[in-house]
Amino acid sequence: MKNEASRGDSASQFNGENSQSKYDFGGKWQPSELELARRAARAKRNKRSAIIAALSSFFVLGGLAVIAVTSPGWKLLSDTFFKWAYGVEVLPKILLGFITNITLTTIATICVAFFGLSIALVRTSKAPALTPFRILATVYVDVFRGIPMLLVILLVGFGVPALQIQGLTNNVLILGLTAVIITYTAYVAEVIRSGILSIHPSQRAAARSLGLNYVQTMRHVILPQAFRRVTPPLLNDLVALIKDTGLVSILGVTDAVRAAQIASSRSFNYTPYVMAAIVFLLITIPLTRFTDRTLRKSIEQQNAQGLA
Amino acid sequence: MSNSVLEISKLRKSFDTELVLEDISIKVPEHTATVFIGASGSGKSTLLRCINLLEPIDDGVIKLDGEEITDVEINPDEVRRKIGMVFQAFNLFPHMSVLENIILAPMRVKGSSRDQAVDQAESLLKRFGLLDKANQYPDRLSGGQQQRVAIIRSLALNPRLLLLDEITSSLDPVLVNEVLKTVRDLKAEGMTMVLATHEMGFAKQVADEVCFLKDGRILEWGTPDQILNKPQERQTQEFLKQVNEAGRL
Repeated sequence: MKNEASRGDSASQFNGENSQSKYDFGGKWQPSELELARRAARAKRNKRSAIIAALSSFFVLGGLAVIAVTSPGWKLLSDTFFKWAYGVEVLPKILLGFITNITLTTIATICVAFFGLSIALVRTSKAPALTPFRILATVYVDVFRGIPMLLVILLVGFGVPALQIQGLTNNVLILGLTAVIITYTAYVAEVIRSGILSIHPSQRAAARSLGLNYVQTMRHVILPQAFRRVTPPLLNDLVALIKDTGLVSILGVTDAVRAAQIASSRSFNYTPYVMAAIVFLLITIPLTRFTDRTLRKSIEQQNAQGLA
Repeated sequence: MSNSVLEISKLRKSFDTELVLEDISIKVPEHTATVFIGASGSGKSTLLRCINLLEPIDDGVIKLDGEEITDVEINPDEVRRKIGMVFQAFNLFPHMSVLENIILAPMRVKGSSRDQAVDQAESLLKRFGLLDKANQYPDRLSGGQQQRVAIIRSLALNPRLLLLDEITSSLDPVLVNEVLKTVRDLKAEGMTMVLATHEMGFAKQVADEVCFLKDGRILEWGTPDQILNKPQERQTQEFLKQVNEAGRL
């Protein structure tokens, strides 16, 4: 939003109004001798802390590295998992497979967002006409949140083609995608629902007292606040989703995991798996950092609101 | 006798097994203010929420401009458009700027264009000296400013009746005055109001009628002078004595 940058220091804002005419804060203040001495002492202490941290890190981490590299099994270990020349050789295949993971993630994210929101809205609504859907949604969420996703992938990926229904696809990629969407919709619906329920009833009362109806209240007052609050957990689910697209490899989809498996079984070397892991990490670590930052901001914002 | 904007007869309300309001009957003529006083939990807030149809009632009738709004066939959303409500905790929408808070209902409920709504909101903000805060978010305002914005927000639909629910109870004494001044101004302009308050001095200034609520019943009612200076009932006297000792009279 517009004032994102200026939100941080709201506490200091309150005091300013009445006092500005009386005191000149901009002026000629010089720190006292005492304050200067304090600052010098603080700077000295900080410098000492930094030196200690650096030395300690150097010896502990360096020591661990030396122990690992000089241990008798190191050669075998690095040949099995970290044969970089071979790793680079198979990297194009893994990257090609990773495009499948990204595609799956993108399509799944869009579908999951839509279905997840719909289910959350059905479950939080009190409309009598929606009662059967509310029951179905509850059962659906309970079931698919409570079973391993691998099981869903196997059921959909192998079970659906076994039905031999005309017009239904046998494409493992689509079946795998469907299984991922089914499972993650259940997770995301619950996250959004908890967000909706976390908005204080007084917000609803204020909106309704202005004459807004249920749908308007949801759309303009409740959902915008709920989404802001659940953005961090939703981003967490996105990271998990990226990783979990690797599970569809069990159906024979040639994603990054499958590509690594093929390369590895051909050479009895496990470096391709490590390469695949690195490829995943290149996406997931930055996204995790971004999630952490969003969470921190969101907490700060809620605290600021609490003050007022 | 002028027409009553609000007329309640024999209203009864309970939560589960607990009886909260019983045999409440009042008339609020146009351009007057009725003030409810009473201890916390005496049912003041619940009464205001019932009038705004935010709470279903057990029995009785509520009429707005002679029309029964407790009729089951009436659309509560349309009733609430005619009644403004201001809450103890302001309840501004934190994700919207001051201006957006105010124009939401005119645009969505009344179908005003954005320009129209903004014009109206800006003239209201100007009138109450808050125009410079139009683009601020609620968490950047002081409590008193937030409450004044909440009052403006409730005025944006030109309500027939304004319900004010302990609107100064979460403000410190310095900020209370600016909010009370706003309410006095509205009263002077002829707004019809029902208030719940702990500010007895304010009740004296603004009220045409004061009702003392005790355990969900109107125990005593009359002019501010009758109730606040010469209460007849022992329980009213005791309540006022306690308020007096707490220094809020």
